[in-house]
Amino acid sequence: MRPAAVVKNLGALALAGLFLFPVYWMFSSAFKPSGEILAKDPVFFFTPTLENFTKATGVEFFWTYVGNSLLVTVGAVLLALLVALAASFAIARMRFAGRKGLVLGVMMAQMAPWEVMVIAMYMIARDAEMLNSLGLLTAIYFVMVLPFTIWTLRGFIAAVPVTLEEAAQIDGCTRGQAFRKVIFPLLAPGLMSTSLFGFITAWNEFAMVLILNKDKAAQTLPLWLTQFQTAFGNDWGATMAASSLFAVPVLVIFVFLQRKAVGGMTAGAVKG
Amino acid sequence: MTVHSQGAATAPQDAPREPGGPKAPQPPQRPAGAPEAAPAPRGRRGALPSGWLPYLLVAPAVLSMAALLLYPLAKNVILSFQKVDKIEFIQRRAPFHGVENYTQLLGDAQFWTVVLRSFLFTAANVALIMVVGSLIGLLLNRLGTWMRLVLSMALVMAWAMPIVASVTVFQWLFDEQFGVMNWLMRTLGFSGYEQHNWFETGLSTLVIVTVLVVWGSVPFVALNMYAGLTTVGGELYEAARMDGANGWQTFWQVVFPNLKPFFLVTTFLEVIWVFKAFTQVYAMNRGGPDRASETLPVFAFVEGQSQGHYALAAAISVLTIVMLVVVMSFYFRLILKQEEEQ
Repeated sequence: MRPAAVVKNLGALALAGLFLFPVYWMFSSAFKPSGEILAKDPVFFFTPTLENFTKATGVEFFWTYVGNSLLVTVGAVLLALLVALAASFAIARMRFAGRKGLVLGVMMAQMAPWEVMVIAMYMIARDAEMLNSLGLLTAIYFVMVLPFTIWTLRGFIAAVPVTLEEAAQIDGCTRGQAFRKVIFPLLAPGLMSTSLFGFITAWNEFAMVLILNKDKAAQTLPLWLTQFQTAFGNDWGATMAASSLFAVPVLVIFVFLQRKAVGGMTAGAVKG
Repeated sequence: MTVHSQGAATAPQDAPREPGGPKAPQPPQRPAGAPEAAPAPRGRRGALPSGWLPYLLVAPAVLSMAALLLYPLAKNVILSFQKVDKIEFIQRRAPFHGVENYTQLLGDAQFWTVVLRSFLFTAANVALIMVVGSLIGLLLNRLGTWMRLVLSMALVMAWAMPIVASVTVFQWLFDEQFGVMNWLMRTLGFSGYEQHNWFETGLSTLVIVTVLVVWGSVPFVALNMYAGLTTVGGELYEAARMDGANGWQTFWQVVFPNLKPFFLVTTFLEVIWVFKAFTQVYAMNRGGPDRASETLPVFAFVEGQSQGHYALAAAISVLTIVMLVVVMSFYFRLILKQEEEQ
C-alpha cells in the first residue's frame, strides 16, 4: 500500500474506534462485576457477570415499562403509516384546493418544538382527565412522527411513475387496486425507513412521558433508564445494563434495515 | 426529529425537490419568453379530476394534527398571556395578564444570557457536525470496500444509539470518580484529573453535551454525504483533475455545487434539531450547575416544572418558536433563491 493509503485506512480505523467506543463501553460495563465498575482505573478485562442485568430488570414495574414502551411505539408508528399513506397519496397524486397550504403545514409541523409545549400539553391532559393515559401518549407520538412520515412517503409515491398506475388501470384495475397492486409494493423501502425513524422517535421520547405520566404503571423505558441515578449516587452497572437493553432493539432494527432504507432513500432521491 | 434524534433522515434528500414552492405565493420570476416552469412536474402529471376524494384522504392527518399539535400550540400562546404560577395552577385559575410575561422576560438579563447561550451552542454544534460529517463523508467515498464497511457500521451504531441511553453512557464516561475520561487524562500524564468534575461549570457541561451531540449527529451527515457523493459522476472529478485542480479546489468547484441542496437542507435540519434539543441537555445535568447549562427549551422546562412559573414558561416557548420561525424563513428564502438561479 502507498503511504497515503495507509494514513487513510488508519484514520478510518481510528474514527471507527472513536464512534464505537461509547457503544462498546456501555455493553462492556453492563457485564462488569460491581467491584470492577467502581475501580478507580477502568478495568478492561474481567469475568462477565449478569448481576447488573438482574438488578436492572428486577425493579418493580419492569415488564410494565417494556409493555408500555412497545405499545405506544408500535401503536404510534402503525397509526402514522396508515394515516400518512392516505394523505401522502393525495398530496403526491391529486390536485385539490389547499394542497400547497397542506404541504407547507406538514413542513412546519415537522419542526414543531414538542418539548417546549409540555406545559400546555399537561394542562390539556389534566383538564381532560387524561394524565397517565397510554392512549394519549400514543396519540401524541403518532402526531410527532406523522409529518415526517407524510413527507417521506410523498417523495416515494411521487417517485413511482404515474404511467405504471395508468397501465394497471387500462388493464382493468380500479384506482384502489392500482394503488394496492402497483404502488404499495414499490413503497416497501419507504415504509421501512419511515417506520424505522418513527420507531426511534417514539422509543426515545422522554419529556412528554416525564411530565404527563407520573404514575409508574403508565411510564415507559426511558424513565426506567434514569431510575438507577439517584441523589444518593448512581448505580452505573445497572444503568449501563438498562441502557444496553434499551438500545438493543433499535440497534438490531437499524442494522437490519439501514442498508435497505438508505438505499431506498437514495434511489428515491435520485429518481427525482 | 429531536435530533439527532432523532431523525428525519430521508427528508434532506427529498426536501430540495419541493423547493420553497409551497411558501411562495407567486412562482419565481422567469425572464420573458422563457418556457413556463412547472412547479411540481411529477405531481401535476398525475393530476386527476379529484372531487372530494383527496379531502377524505387527508382528513385524518389534518384532524389529528389540528387536535394534538395546533390546539396545544394555541393553548400555549394563550397561556403565555395569562398569570399561572403554582397557586393559580392548583386552583385551576388563569387570569389574563396581558404582555406581562413577555415584558418580564425581555427585561431579564438571565433570559438574554440563555438566548445567547442557545445560539452559541447551536452554532458551535452545527458547525462541528457539518465540517466533521462532511470530512468523514469524503473519506468514506475514498475508502476501499472493507474499510468503508467498517467505518459505516461504526457510524450506524453511533447513529442508532437511543438518546437517553447515550446520555447515560456519556455521564459515566465523564464521571468524577470512575470515569474513563479522568483515567485517560491521568494516563496521558495530565495532572489534576484525580477527581476532576467535568460537570463543574455550565460551560464544561455544555462542552460534554456538544461532544455527545456531535458524536450522535455526525453519522447522519457523513452517511448522507457519502450517498450524495456517489451520485456525482466520476467524470466530473476526472475533468477537475485534468484541469489541474487540487483537492480543495475540487471540493469547492465540483463537490460543493453538486451537493448544494444537500448542504442547505442538512444544515437547516441540524440547526432545528440542535436548537430544540432537550433530552441531551436536560438529562445530562438537569441544566445545572446553578442553571448554567440551560438552553432555551431547558430554560422553559425548568421555569415551568421546577419553578412553577407555568405561564412564564409558555412565554419562553412562544419566543423559542418565534426564533425558530425566523430561522426557518431564512431557509425558505435560500431555497427559493437557489431555485431561481437554476
